[in-house]
Amino acid sequence: MHIDIDEISKRFGTTAALNPVSLAIPSGALVALLGPSGSGKTTLLRILGGLEFPTSGRVLFDGQDATGLSVQDRRAGFVFQSYALFRHMTVFDNIAYGLNARPRATRPQRAEIARRVTKLLELIQLPDIGARYPSQLSGGQRQRVALARALAIEPRMLLLDEPFGALDAKVRKELRQGLRDIHDTTGLTTIFVTHDQEEAMELADLVVVMSMGRIEQIGKPQDIRAKPASAFVREFICT
Amino acid sequence: MSDTAPATFRAATDESPLFRIVLTVIVLSLLVLLLFAPLVAVFYEALRKGWVTAVTSLADPEALAAIRLTLTVAAIAVPLNAMFGIAAAWLITKYDFRGKALLITLIDLPFSVSPVVVGLCIVLTFGANTWIGALLVQAGHPVVFALPGIVLASMIVTFPFVARELIPVMIEQGRAEEEAALTLGASGWRTFRTVTLPNIRWALLYGVLLCNARAMGEFGAVSVVSGKIRGQTATMPITIEMLYNEYLSVAAFALAAVLAFLAFVTLGLKTFLEIRHADALAAARRH
Repeated sequence: MHIDIDEISKRFGTTAALNPVSLAIPSGALVALLGPSGSGKTTLLRILGGLEFPTSGRVLFDGQDATGLSVQDRRAGFVFQSYALFRHMTVFDNIAYGLNARPRATRPQRAEIARRVTKLLELIQLPDIGARYPSQLSGGQRQRVALARALAIEPRMLLLDEPFGALDAKVRKELRQGLRDIHDTTGLTTIFVTHDQEEAMELADLVVVMSMGRIEQIGKPQDIRAKPASAFVREFICT
Repeated sequence: MSDTAPATFRAATDESPLFRIVLTVIVLSLLVLLLFAPLVAVFYEALRKGWVTAVTSLADPEALAAIRLTLTVAAIAVPLNAMFGIAAAWLITKYDFRGKALLITLIDLPFSVSPVVVGLCIVLTFGANTWIGALLVQAGHPVVFALPGIVLASMIVTFPFVARELIPVMIEQGRAEEEAALTLGASGWRTFRTVTLPNIRWALLYGVLLCNARAMGEFGAVSVVSGKIRGQTATMPITIEMLYNEYLSVAAFALAAVLAFLAFVTLGLKTFLEIRHADALAAARRH
């Protein structure tokens, strides 16, 4: 699904989190929203997911206006910064949550839900952890479970907020490849937020550099590296 | 380093053994003196003239009416306060708005105001000589000297318990899990039922039990609004006081023992649930 962001702005009270920004994301792309904290990248991601609504502007999914679409109807697979796994449910129930939440008419049979959860556990290469609770998992395992839970709803896009932020350097490198693989297998339009330029450059097809609620530059990693569009981008990329 | 240190060295947080013993003795004697001894005395006085006398005094219609009234009041006040407590905690922890600090202070108000004042406020607002009170009396629903007033007084006095227990837990948990449920397609109500409620259930249970214990034991506010009509508006604590003032000490203490027993049941229930769900409790806390 391709996504068009058309002159989106967001104010919280008197502070502008996002000045009008526009961005076209082609279908199936792996996009990084890169910037320091306070640059508006998470706000933009939350607007795409329907967790915030823009003060002005429009969001289009496949050319259809989705600005006012409720968070439930967006079908965006969202991975939260600290994963937000349901702590009182097993891994299995976490992943099955979205399917169980469907209205009765479209809810799969119990056996079908179990089959899909098993398949997702295999996809994230943790086939044996279904009966465990989130508190019994390592940080890297939690991140992958959060990814599986988001994929279970058969999302139209995948949105990830600092997906590697809470992990140590070694696990981070492994999981980068994991996300790349999952993106390539599912073909989903994937957008992730990061403040780590190395991560953005290595993983994304398209990097969107943001600062102070504005988009500084949009481009392929090598183009941004070769031709930074502003002093800010040059400085941010080099450090 | 600690491996090689001599065994006589203490960790920085450890007190000297003597200090620890003195502290333990002080705490235990206070517990015995202030909590245990009075409880034993209540049961001893109740049973001084034997089981038969005690039970007979409880079978008195007035005593039975008092027990029934107290249970009725708790059965109405506690669920309503649980609901209001959840709503207040939800409002305070999930939204930002002006006057939030004021709302938190207001929730705590019943803790700082004397229950007698609460009772007087109800009389001054809903008494038969006010226009609201007169209207309600005319409609056949008097508040003061009747069940509604007693329920109202109990609710005001016990209002903070549930909200106070829930607010810190809900602040600590944040909104991420609820947001996750919404992105997975769950409705607001389903999110509340399957994510919020399970996460706060222990705090909620604890708040409800405290609220219940206080609602059944409330004296000050209820004594002002109830009018102390025997067999009609006299709750257990009020009946106990009246019996005691009339030198019917066995009856008074027997009823007091029942009240204390209800508190034990409440505590026992909490302990039972904690033991039974120890795994889930630990899993929820470790995360």
